[in-house]
Amino acid sequence: MQAGFEQPRTIEEATALLQKHGDAARPFAGGTDLLVQMRGGMRSPDILVDLKRIPELGQLEIGSDEIVIGAACSTASLRENAELVRLLPGLLEAAELIGSEQIQGRSSIGGNLCNASPAADSVPALVANSAVCSVAGPDGRRDVPAAEFSTGPGSTVLGSGELLVSLRVPRPAPDAGDAYLRFIPRSEMDIAVVGVGVALTLDADGTCTAARVALGAVGPTVIDATTAATALLGGPIDTAALERVSEAAREAARPIDDKRGTAAYRKHVAGVLTRRTVEIAARRAAEGN
Amino acid sequence: MSEDRKFRWVGTRPIRHDGIDKVTGRAQFGADLSLPGMIWGKLLRSPHAHARIVSIDTSAAEAIDGVLAVVTATDLPDDDPKVADLARNILAREKVLYHGHAIAAVAATSAALAERALDAITVEYEVLKPVLSLEAALASGAPILDEARRPKDMEDTGPTNIAARCEFSRGEPESAFAQADVVLERSYETQMVHQGYIEPHACVVQTKEDGLIEIWCCTQGGFAVRSLTASVLGIDTSRVKVTPSEIGGGFGGKTTVYLEPVAALLSRKSGRPVKMVMTREEVFRASGPAGGAKIDLKVGATRDGRIVAGTARMWMEAGGFPGSPVQAGAMCIFSPYDFDHLFIEGFDVVLNKPKVAAYRAPGAPQVTFAIESLMDELANELEIDPIDLRLANAAKEGTQLPYGPRFKAVGMIETLEAARAHPHYAAPLGKNQGRGMAVGFWFNNGMNSSADVHLTEDGTAVVVTGNPDIGGSRASMAIMCAEELGIDVEKVRPVVADTETAGYTDVTGGSRVTFATGWAVIEASRKIASELCIRAAKIWDCDVEQVGFSEGHCLPVEGSGLDHAPLSVADIAKQMARTGGPINGQAQLNARGAGPAFATHLCDVEVDPETGKVDVVRYTAIQDVGRAIHPSYVEGQIQGGAAQGIGWALNEEYVFDEAGRLENPGFLDYRMPVASDLPMIDAVIVEVPNPTHPYGVRGVGETPIVPPLAAVANAVMAATGVRMQSLPISPPRLLERLLGAGDV
Repeated sequence: MQAGFEQPRTIEEATALLQKHGDAARPFAGGTDLLVQMRGGMRSPDILVDLKRIPELGQLEIGSDEIVIGAACSTASLRENAELVRLLPGLLEAAELIGSEQIQGRSSIGGNLCNASPAADSVPALVANSAVCSVAGPDGRRDVPAAEFSTGPGSTVLGSGELLVSLRVPRPAPDAGDAYLRFIPRSEMDIAVVGVGVALTLDADGTCTAARVALGAVGPTVIDATTAATALLGGPIDTAALERVSEAAREAARPIDDKRGTAAYRKHVAGVLTRRTVEIAARRAAEGN
Repeated sequence: MSEDRKFRWVGTRPIRHDGIDKVTGRAQFGADLSLPGMIWGKLLRSPHAHARIVSIDTSAAEAIDGVLAVVTATDLPDDDPKVADLARNILAREKVLYHGHAIAAVAATSAALAERALDAITVEYEVLKPVLSLEAALASGAPILDEARRPKDMEDTGPTNIAARCEFSRGEPESAFAQADVVLERSYETQMVHQGYIEPHACVVQTKEDGLIEIWCCTQGGFAVRSLTASVLGIDTSRVKVTPSEIGGGFGGKTTVYLEPVAALLSRKSGRPVKMVMTREEVFRASGPAGGAKIDLKVGATRDGRIVAGTARMWMEAGGFPGSPVQAGAMCIFSPYDFDHLFIEGFDVVLNKPKVAAYRAPGAPQVTFAIESLMDELANELEIDPIDLRLANAAKEGTQLPYGPRFKAVGMIETLEAARAHPHYAAPLGKNQGRGMAVGFWFNNGMNSSADVHLTEDGTAVVVTGNPDIGGSRASMAIMCAEELGIDVEKVRPVVADTETAGYTDVTGGSRVTFATGWAVIEASRKIASELCIRAAKIWDCDVEQVGFSEGHCLPVEGSGLDHAPLSVADIAKQMARTGGPINGQAQLNARGAGPAFATHLCDVEVDPETGKVDVVRYTAIQDVGRAIHPSYVEGQIQGGAAQGIGWALNEEYVFDEAGRLENPGFLDYRMPVASDLPMIDAVIVEVPNPTHPYGVRGVGETPIVPPLAAVANAVMAATGVRMQSLPISPPRLLERLLGAGDV
């Protein structure tokens, strides 16, 4: 396992390096997935392009309309931002599940997204919160919804020379709430068998006026379960709504049998977990009212 | 135990002598040593679970600049039947028998180059159908791993995957079942699991110009590595020297060799020291896990809870070569109980999985899962408290074991009574919670040990033994020496020595080190005490009979008429040269009478009825340890064994695909419990002294992994009403049962 190492200081330098080396180069932030893949012989890039020296990739801005999280911000640095934790508790809960304390000093949610694992914990939470990815490339910038960023296990929409700069999340309204739950057979240090991200808004009467439900580890990419979200809209989050959303999530899940769980089991748990996640998000939304 | 003595050090908790080096990272483990001129060895492993080797072409690899040696099985002799299987496991010959089976090795100037050179080796295989379950191995028409092999101790009916059979019987079980009011007949299954030691196998080997081989490696036994390596290479044992490093866990898995003979061949060919370090993936694929098992069990009891008869048939996975611990399992299954009519039959079964190695009480956890699950069901059926049911049948002093001998003093009843008296047993349970209990037995081993104690000129002592310190044994050896010499435990320096410094000593295993090697240390220390009396007699110019030794001092015996101030060990040590020279004590023994150890475990679980996830919320492990020399390390052994057993019960299993490739060769998907999965395990020490040991010590390390499999399953039953007879009780398997088959 040997590779060259570049440390560009600007996005332009980085995209130029990535374009020049093509598939031989691999963007490198914390390396918590990439180094493991290299050691395991799954990837053998010739050049690692370290993105941590580029200021824009390390930014964290909480604006009045939008929250901007640099793609290379470490998970630990996000956790230390009390306002971010207050605004997006579900996204932070998802990020906190990735790796151990030590790993979180290096891991990032940008990296979690770019690694494009169907089981990535932060992605359902990003999708539920309608995050948008800022992508830079040789031809300039473009925006990609987080829901469309991954195109399959290990693959993304990033083209030649392109990199993920930041994630932009609409600032949640006071009457909105988000949550993320995952199921693993252990208590930590594991990969989601099912992950569920939910963001929803409740008006003063408790009527659900907006909702988004995203399912992880039950398809080749995170599933934006619109039918599940629709099941919540226009009424209170009561037992009937929870039953509807649970059933809709089960319907939306398209899992496979693998060493981490059977397809039937994942479908069942997707329903259970969706119900539990909606309950937490609804409680948070109600507290904001 | 002859004396009811008051101890000064035994039972105390001094800081371990190797502790500071270990917490500061200074301690040298298997992969830490490097030698000048050293090169790196890597193994080519089979991509097939079962195949005939048609040809191996290594010429392209040999031609690579920087590749200094390539070896295959043809570089090993093939004429010693005693080590033929071991040698063929180390480097495959004629056939590969599991995915990951080593087939050739390269040594090169860097690890990366050695890795790349492996790709240049061409192997032609004739791929065969793999045999991946006990059922498939035993089916008529099953592919046979070794056509030439005939089973041991059973009728020869042609080629078979059964490698051996064992049997224990007593009385007339079949007719005795007629006396029973209740007869339960059940089948149980467990899967292949790994010990999960943190440190991968690693060694550095140097073959010198004179042909002597020096090995530095992580192992549970330097002497075992020495004899196995010499036998596989076909050379004299004295031509090999082994220096054990510190060891990052073994649990039985480091009692054999994988890398050392290969590194020796590579070093011999290249003239360089060769380092080999397994990756985690290699450890999972190609070291020795514990095999899965199937146990058919039948037990009959009277209405008042007396067992009248039991029969057991069991099959255990050996992996690619014979050698499952089925006989040990057969010895253990009925040993906690006292009844007259029994029949036990065990089969050692080969199949296309890695060759198994020892794992903590080998064979006992699997069979105890069966008997203790059945006992729980019997208690429910008879409406008898599960502890009372076991007390009604408990083995005790004088009870005859199924394999012949009678128990001396043992602590089965004492651990059961301690369990019943423990607050855990009566504590209230919450929603979705249940409590289970199970007992466990392991016979423990004595075997061969040596010890040298050297008195230093300032009155301190050096204790030299040959057992790698895997669970705090240095501290225990030092305590026993300090106890005998009456000096401070900090004044004792315990040393783990190489095979040319320590006297012959069997492996660190079988729960034998504190018992047997400790006994040798006691004997060697007593020789020093005797010698100190001789020296005091010289100093005082009296008869040695007039000198006694007590609490670290020589003093005139009562009635001797002598009037001298006592001489301390340090006083006499200072005068060694003038009184006859150095003072050393040496002892060796083949330790008999390892006292068997019983344990009773209590387990509370909480089950998520919607996901099938089981959380262990409270766990108490009670064990008869004979005498706890260093209670912290006794508790550590009990907690560690319980943790491994809980993992075995809940989520650990080797997952193979249809071609026999292991799908979870890493800690991410081989789901051992992590620290946050477990409650603090309450280790309760019961001391029923082992009558044969000078201090009453029994082996401790293995018994704690025996009860948890059933304790967890019984707790799940109590919480859910579902009895899981097949492990692991992973969430998908349990949920399927909770919801009823077909619903998920």
